[in-house]
Amino acid sequence: MASKYSNMTVKAYRRENGRVGVRNHVVILPVDDISNAACEAVANNVKGTLAIPHAYGRLQFGEDLELHFRTMIGTGSNPNVHSVVVIGIEPGWTKRIADGIRETGKEVAEFSIEQNGDFETIRRASWAAKDFVHKATEVQREECNISELWVSTKCGESDTTTGLGSCPTVGNMYDKLLPEGITGFFGETSEITGAEHICQKRAINEEVGERWYKMWKAYQDDVIFAHQTDDLSDSQPTKGNIEGGLTTIEEKALGNLEKIGRTSQYIDILDPAEQPKSGNGLYFMDSSSAAAECVTLMAAGGAVIHTFPTGQGNVVGNPIVPVIKITANPRTVRTMAEHVDVDVSGILRREMTIDEAGDALIEMICRTANGRNTAAEALGHREFSMTKLYRSA
Amino acid sequence: MAEIPHLLVHEHDDNVGVVVVEGLTAGTDMLCCVTHDNSTFRLTSGADVPIGHKIALKDLKAGDTAIKYGEDIGKIIADIPKGAHVHTHNCKTKRW
Repeated sequence: MASKYSNMTVKAYRRENGRVGVRNHVVILPVDDISNAACEAVANNVKGTLAIPHAYGRLQFGEDLELHFRTMIGTGSNPNVHSVVVIGIEPGWTKRIADGIRETGKEVAEFSIEQNGDFETIRRASWAAKDFVHKATEVQREECNISELWVSTKCGESDTTTGLGSCPTVGNMYDKLLPEGITGFFGETSEITGAEHICQKRAINEEVGERWYKMWKAYQDDVIFAHQTDDLSDSQPTKGNIEGGLTTIEEKALGNLEKIGRTSQYIDILDPAEQPKSGNGLYFMDSSSAAAECVTLMAAGGAVIHTFPTGQGNVVGNPIVPVIKITANPRTVRTMAEHVDVDVSGILRREMTIDEAGDALIEMICRTANGRNTAAEALGHREFSMTKLYRSA
Repeated sequence: MAEIPHLLVHEHDDNVGVVVVEGLTAGTDMLCCVTHDNSTFRLTSGADVPIGHKIALKDLKAGDTAIKYGEDIGKIIADIPKGAHVHTHNCKTKRW
């Protein structure tokens, strides 16, 4: 059924595989930590490129290595990325990541450092990067339907105002845009604890709900109970959460779950950094609740815009995905205004309804998709944090 | 709503509410609003409570369950009089 959101369009970049991106980055992607320096040198040589240094990629194995590849390939494959220069210490894993990104149809150039050294690698990679910048800067934005956007969410430095205002704002947006055909991501496995009985029921059917519960329970057993040294009272809720008035993980979880609104149901469950394969709809991604890690995983899964409710004022950004900050806390609006994209503090004063707040967020999503830089982008927040499942060999 | 509320409560079943103004002092005659249906009531604050922190809507006893969003958010571990501050000193998770 047509709604007032059905005909909304944005000016965005349509990629070779049909996906729609809202940014046009030329990424210089290191396969491993010891290739960061060469990538940063290339990005310094060629303006308009973006190096994404990170801490891992050596001697990982098993599921942890698969997650590394998924995160690297997913990041390069994201529709916000025009083209990619991949640099690794040796050619094997470099080729695996470059070939993975090539499946999208976008241009990828790969270089390895052994038997070349940093100087020769940087020289050759800089030529490729310069060629990509010329091509990227000639690509035009075109009209795309809002339904083609993949929008993720994760909240951070939550407090009681997130459950009252900013998380229901995101939920209202999903309740309005998921029926239009957008793809959504939520997650934060540990942070559903206390609301798992509600989250399980928000699955599209019992089978998906049961798979969700098994995933959540496995996290409790294999991570929390296996590694805890106390009641996690210093970690979940965080010190910032407690300062903001959240007392228990149950209270935090119930506020967190407001992000999927009143009517939205998730259609499938994703591994960390996994791309959706079940069509349009809402997905739960098994993910860390740490802001940078979670946003990085969802970006690797293909999200092109991230909606981020905050109470106390988490300042996180991402190198390739614009992060829209929403807050209902009037103190945060007063003391941290430079970080706030959507001020919904009117909800607490009962001057703004959740419906109005949801519309304000949808308007900001459209403006961001059209090219408006978010607060996090303007302030240079490019946190890229890989999730690591266990220590390397 | 002409007057700005001091305290918001999610559901009618809740026994705690959230302070939504800065600088709330003890003895304030608070306007409280239940967000579920925007109904209002009055309650006197029993302490200076920071924005975002919770206040007991009724006398709570150690062993009681704190209810917010109409759901169990943890156990009360010390008696709390109506109007007093509810936080980590008198309320704790039932998990972990």
